[in-house]
Amino acid sequence: MGAKSMSAAADSAKLHRTSIGFWLYLMTDCMLFASLFATFAVLRTATADGPSGADIFQLPLMLVSTVILLVSSFACGIALIGLKNRNMVQIAWGLTATFVLGVAFLSIEIYEFAHLINEGYGPDRSAFLSAFFTLVGTHGLHILVGLIWLAVLGWVFYKRGINAKSGRQLTIFGMFWHFLDLVWIFVFTIVYLLGVLS
Amino acid sequence: MLGKLSWETALPQDIVTLGGVIMGGLGLLAVIAAMTYYKKWGWLWRHWLTSLDPKKIGIMYIAVSALMLLRGLADAAMLRAQQAVFANMADSPVSADLFQQVFSAHGTIMIFFVAMGIIFGVINLIMPLQIGARDVAFPLLNAISFWLFFAGMALMNVSLAIGGEFSTAGWLAYPPLSGLEYSPGPGVDYWIWSLQVSGIGSLLSGVNFLVTIFTMRRKGMTLMKMPIFTWSVVASMLLVVFVFPILTVTLTLLSLDRTLETHFFTSDMGGNPMMYVNLIWAWGHPEVYILILPAFGIFSEVVAALCGKRLFGYVSMVWALMAISVLSFTVWLHHFFTMGGGANVNAFFGIMTMIIAIPTGVKVFNWLFTMYRGRVRFDTPMLWFMGFVVTFTIGGVTGVMLAVPGIDFQVHNTLFLVAHFHNVIIGGVVFGMFAGYAYWFPKFTGFRLHEGLGKAAFWSWLIGFVLAFGPLYILGFMGAVRRLDSYDPSLGWQGLFIVAGIGLLIILLGVFFQVVQLAYSIWKRKELAVGPDPWNGRTLEWATPTPVPEYNFATLPTVHERDAFWEQKQEKDKAKKLSYEAIHLPKNTGYGVYVGAASFVIGFAVIWHIWWLALVGVAATVILVIMSSLWEDSEKELSAKEVESIETKLWGQKA
Repeated sequence: MGAKSMSAAADSAKLHRTSIGFWLYLMTDCMLFASLFATFAVLRTATADGPSGADIFQLPLMLVSTVILLVSSFACGIALIGLKNRNMVQIAWGLTATFVLGVAFLSIEIYEFAHLINEGYGPDRSAFLSAFFTLVGTHGLHILVGLIWLAVLGWVFYKRGINAKSGRQLTIFGMFWHFLDLVWIFVFTIVYLLGVLS
Repeated sequence: MLGKLSWETALPQDIVTLGGVIMGGLGLLAVIAAMTYYKKWGWLWRHWLTSLDPKKIGIMYIAVSALMLLRGLADAAMLRAQQAVFANMADSPVSADLFQQVFSAHGTIMIFFVAMGIIFGVINLIMPLQIGARDVAFPLLNAISFWLFFAGMALMNVSLAIGGEFSTAGWLAYPPLSGLEYSPGPGVDYWIWSLQVSGIGSLLSGVNFLVTIFTMRRKGMTLMKMPIFTWSVVASMLLVVFVFPILTVTLTLLSLDRTLETHFFTSDMGGNPMMYVNLIWAWGHPEVYILILPAFGIFSEVVAALCGKRLFGYVSMVWALMAISVLSFTVWLHHFFTMGGGANVNAFFGIMTMIIAIPTGVKVFNWLFTMYRGRVRFDTPMLWFMGFVVTFTIGGVTGVMLAVPGIDFQVHNTLFLVAHFHNVIIGGVVFGMFAGYAYWFPKFTGFRLHEGLGKAAFWSWLIGFVLAFGPLYILGFMGAVRRLDSYDPSLGWQGLFIVAGIGLLIILLGVFFQVVQLAYSIWKRKELAVGPDPWNGRTLEWATPTPVPEYNFATLPTVHERDAFWEQKQEKDKAKKLSYEAIHLPKNTGYGVYVGAASFVIGFAVIWHIWWLALVGVAATVILVIMSSLWEDSEKELSAKEVESIETKLWGQKA
């Protein structure tokens, strides 16, 4: 085996390892959200004479933020296709769009939280609100981590271009971002839709 | 500026804690002075602290855990002294409040910073070798895991010096007692953050080890040809990745209740304390299997090697391991049958608990059948194994008793329960670790542990164990609840408590023998020197030279059968192939130490509500993670020549 094909084999082994490792990490994150969802399910009626979900959720706004997050996942997919085609311009546009939409999503969430706390419905008002803020806030924290990661990733591609390592990092970032999208679908359904229904 | 921290809140409140702090402080100073005097700091930093070699990380895990074992034993001694002697005295040096701190610390230390630490240490040392790998999948992540464990341990011990108190809420800190209202001091926060930090380390290790096993096995080693210890690591680490996130969430919610005044587990505003109990045991029950499964794996290796036979019933062993790890998710409610879940709920969890005894029984019989018609060598590892079979079986039987809700209602929260879980944890996990210690020690040092002192330690532990925990079963039946700092002398319990105290003294004698054994064996290492395969082993870890070089295997072996090294040894005629090639290894790096330090700062800052410092810690962690992910050129190369010279040297010095 020549040195070049040896290092190509090592790169592909690393990609394999990194993606399996990241899948496993996502499963642990899944357990984390499962615990928070279970907590929310137990406490969603424990409003302690405070407001229930139906009283405070702004469903249209949440629908907008859901669409924003879904589109950002689409943009992230475009960046991944760009990686496959080794098309730097496509990667750059995809990542930029993902970032902008992610910031928009997070801003809406911060607005929603600030609004609720101003009304006096903060996380210390009732067990229901504690569970709500924690579940949704944990998702938001993940988005924030994703945005920081995305900024670093942009810098990596700008400085170092497309190589085995940056490709690996973009691939697992894509997994992360799609995963957060999936979790949000559950948040939207279980917290907001079911919350307004009941 | 310093949050809740001030001179009044920071200093130890009682004389016993103060004494402990002074002793610990002096010990630390002595070590620092000696290190400085002998100019060993650079050596320590370059060869140990920054090392990414799993063998060195494993040894550091075990060293830290051994120190923590001594602290946990000191706590146990205080508990026993109180119950045997001081309880009926007017002026006990152990106040009720201190007693509560001591039993909380004893449980927390023994589970998180002894048992978990030793298990991760042994996995680091053995698992990569057994699968014929040169490293783990993510070497830097492995170091970070260790340093998070270390940071948690440090927080746990700093609680004595700064703040002067640990949690008084027991090792699992049930609310509402652990809530802000009833535990306003920093003790519970110390508990939360030392577990949170080390728990995240455990989670990352779980991912790392699983990926290592799934992707880095040697050519030919299919899953069903893996050594059984490696299988036990799979079972245990699967549990880690599934349940440690639950612990993370539970601790976070409790922490939110205490800092942001949310209402997850409070008794008012809709909070639900029983939800905490459910969540913590959804983690906690699998946790005990996380501890015991690797011990099962160690025993399987020891029995096969010291009986000179292949392990009986390999396939059923694997299925039993996996069955136990699946079933362990379905039993958590047996920790609180008295919650009032109702007869059907209790019956379900009772039956599931009893079912777990079946795969466990399969394993015990497999080990016994491995001994049957084997050429049994009664060396120390084998003695630990045989002691384990007896004590663990007794512990298992009392566990099945506790699984009957009717019996549980009677002995719930009594010393019967305490005796039961010490029976399985000491008889299972601790004996397992000692067996592995005696068995694998020569592989990494080149010399054996002194046999006579090892046997003396074993018998002291075994006899001491029976005396220390036998009386607790009886006391439990007599109605003695756990965590009791005083009782009415007319109950007539003191005699049994004194017997238990004597038992502990005999255990301490065993520990003394172990310390002497280590020192004596190092001193006499020339006479105790052995070759790379002292037990006539069967698995790949015995195929390398001793001490194991950093790269483990100069030429990677190909595997055809289950006991891969045994197979190699049978093919004697094959001449050793002596062509070496260059090997790539990770470079040393300080990132692990820095991430550990930043996590310590975060934990400490949140405990004391020093918010600016917490932000600094978070920012430092983020920057460190980004920098380490951008780290290029993280590998060094050992040329074929260097490998050859190391190999010649190591194989040449064979005893």
